[in-house]
Amino acid sequence: MTSIRRVAAACLTLSLLWCLAEGAPPARAETTLKVVMHSDLKIVDPIWTTAYIVRNHGYMIYDTLFSTDAKGEVKPQMVGKYDLSADKLTYTMTLRDGLLWHDGKPVTAEDCVASIKRWAQKDTMGQKMMSFVKELVVVDPKTFKIVLKEQTGLVLPALGKPSSNVPFMMPKRVADTPASEQISDFTGSGPFIFKKDEWKPGDKAVYVKNAQYKPRSEPASGLAGGKVVKVDRVEWRAISDHQTAINALLAGEIDYIEAPPHDLLPVLKKDSNVKLIDSNPLGNQYAFRYNTLAKPFDNAKVRQAVMVAFNQKDFLEAVIGDPNYYKLCKAMFPCGSPNSSTKGMDGLLDSNFEKAKALLKEGGYDGTPIVLMHSTDLAVLTNLAPVAKNLMEKAGFKVDMQSMDWQTLVARRAKKDPPAQGGWHAFLTSWVAADILNPISAGFVNASCDTAMFGWPCDKELESLRDQYARETNPAKLKAIAEAVQVRETQYPTYVWLGQWYGPVAVRKSIDGVIPAPATVFWGIEKKGS
Amino acid sequence: MLGYIVRRILATIPVVTVVAILVFLLLRLTTGDPAAIIAGDSATTQQVAEIRVKLGLERPLVEQFVIWVGRMVRGDFGESYFFKKTVAELIRDRLEPTAALAVCTILLAVVLAVPLGVLAAARRGTWVDRVVMGLSVLGFSVPVFVIGYALIYLFAVELAWLPVQGYQRLAEGFWGFLERLILPSSTLAVIYVALIARITRASVLEVLGADHVRTARAKGLGNTTVLLRHVLRNAAVPIVTVIGLGVALLIGGVVVTESVYGIPGLGRLTVDAVLARDYPTVQAVILLFSVVYVMINLLVDLTYTFLDPRIRY
Repeated sequence: MTSIRRVAAACLTLSLLWCLAEGAPPARAETTLKVVMHSDLKIVDPIWTTAYIVRNHGYMIYDTLFSTDAKGEVKPQMVGKYDLSADKLTYTMTLRDGLLWHDGKPVTAEDCVASIKRWAQKDTMGQKMMSFVKELVVVDPKTFKIVLKEQTGLVLPALGKPSSNVPFMMPKRVADTPASEQISDFTGSGPFIFKKDEWKPGDKAVYVKNAQYKPRSEPASGLAGGKVVKVDRVEWRAISDHQTAINALLAGEIDYIEAPPHDLLPVLKKDSNVKLIDSNPLGNQYAFRYNTLAKPFDNAKVRQAVMVAFNQKDFLEAVIGDPNYYKLCKAMFPCGSPNSSTKGMDGLLDSNFEKAKALLKEGGYDGTPIVLMHSTDLAVLTNLAPVAKNLMEKAGFKVDMQSMDWQTLVARRAKKDPPAQGGWHAFLTSWVAADILNPISAGFVNASCDTAMFGWPCDKELESLRDQYARETNPAKLKAIAEAVQVRETQYPTYVWLGQWYGPVAVRKSIDGVIPAPATVFWGIEKKGS
Repeated sequence: MLGYIVRRILATIPVVTVVAILVFLLLRLTTGDPAAIIAGDSATTQQVAEIRVKLGLERPLVEQFVIWVGRMVRGDFGESYFFKKTVAELIRDRLEPTAALAVCTILLAVVLAVPLGVLAAARRGTWVDRVVMGLSVLGFSVPVFVIGYALIYLFAVELAWLPVQGYQRLAEGFWGFLERLILPSSTLAVIYVALIARITRASVLEVLGADHVRTARAKGLGNTTVLLRHVLRNAAVPIVTVIGLGVALLIGGVVVTESVYGIPGLGRLTVDAVLARDYPTVQAVILLFSVVYVMINLLVDLTYTFLDPRIRY
């Protein structure tokens, strides 16, 4: 009988414990945001490569001294206060309180100086900035100075550069890695921590919330303001097949697709559990790049003929199709950005074939076939080259369009060989608008001959204007110089800008707080119902 | 027998050497430059050149080949140009999903195809035979990715019975592991079922007309016993051969299936590495595939001796 009582008491106790456990508030579930980015993360050094996926990785785990906000203005980020001396030759920057590396050590001025030096070895805007810098001086653990040889307005725009290469801050021991080598220590001070042990290229990259991170008090705006993380974990899932990624989003297996293809947007629009968000208001810009070393594109008149023969609508209709996702914009610096202007663009990009033929005659075009490289494996580029071919032929060009995958094109465009011997005349690509906001950062405007990007334009006047832009500090004068660059581009074209296009991100309805910015960021995002 | 096995294993050396040379040369002759890909779209020519030097791509082809072979002999597959990991690590990470997919596919294919083939042969000329052979032609003709998308749409998106994509390791739970393999294995098995069913039917039909089968029937044995004990065993050699040869088909199918279902296996690794011109990874994976293929064929050869005692090596 006693044993029966004991068993009954034990059962009762267990039942009570069970009820208490049931009644207790459940531990908060971990919130995981499952994301499909535009490509897989293979390289993890955002200074070593300019690839956008690595830039986005950089924004996850690193922080920047300055950032560009939604209005395009540069704002302090890691820097608490800064000032410029009366002679405008010395910037003094003091880091804000509470900045820690992921290993718990404080961020120091020495770390920042080493990071700036490494970044400036790789980035074109950084190189330009450093050409004005006399020295970088560490004043105390939280303060450093940038001492200039001569005045320039480049320092803040360069340090707040929104896109590749972004000057991310790294610990000195990491930043001391030669710029020609990849880093292997992924310690940052940004809002997320990279889980190196869970990173499996081709499968997933994992980030967890940095609990020690102290966001700025201002609300998030573009890439500036408070980076408040509202999820515990972000997983970048590598799903290379677009259709599978879309199906996974529809089935609720993932929460976010960074770059759904335009032809599948109607499928997503129909589903009530999915929403499309314009997360990059400046968007992207298509560009037709000439090889100015190859005849007949060594002749500016012949290049002008292309500019006269093209019109933006044909390109944008062929690739994007939906006018909600493209904008005709005759400005070389993206519409909606401070340097945007249509000066000098009258009569251009209107498909005036008679005028184009006259320019070809004036330029002495002898019928040399134009080797146009056609990228076939990237949906946002595939239809561009056939449109270019068609418009150029209408203007009197002979065009030899050669189809290849993008990586073959990337390798071939670096070759200076004659087009008939494995070289090229032209190809089409796309820029993220944030990369081309001014004549210094816009790679295709660089006309410094051999050191310019592939296409190797060589023009003293353009280079002189770029130098003037680098030296100027007055915003009104900066815009005037940018306009002069645009006018010069119409006389000595280095590329043709073919309009802006936009790609929304696709998210589940449970996702809120996506911050519009020129790079994809994950602070501010909430996942409801988890 | 042991001598035969040793000789066959030694015979893989020239095969693997030829594959190694071919893969090395083909990759270098293909257009594309890993340095340009690594450097990114905004990189200057100088940056690309620096990376080429860093990767050793500026060295003469012969020198690159000698360095690579030297490493291979020491069991060092090198480091991936892109992943900041050794190729051995990459392969180790990707081996389980591919092996699981391949094994499930073969099991599923054999379990379905052999009975279907035997049934079609036993009911030769009837509607059963025509249906099995019709499905076989269909299975052989429809591309793997079309079958994959159709199955995903039906079972994952519409009915929500199974996941759309992904892979869960066996160590993380059996059901999660299995449910993520059902659709990919079924997709990949279709072509394999078609192939094995056709060969099984043809092989069984051939044996059905043999004297020993007539004798067995004359002894009064039942149809099922005759089929299983006297027909199928004698028809097994061509069936096992086609299962072995079909591994090549399977390797090709794995590449597509893993891409469609987002499975992080060797197939996906191969595609990614080829697109990125990641020479060390492509070379190692193709060598691995060739060794696996040779070994499976050896296994098939050895199986003959168990299936047919008249075969001796």
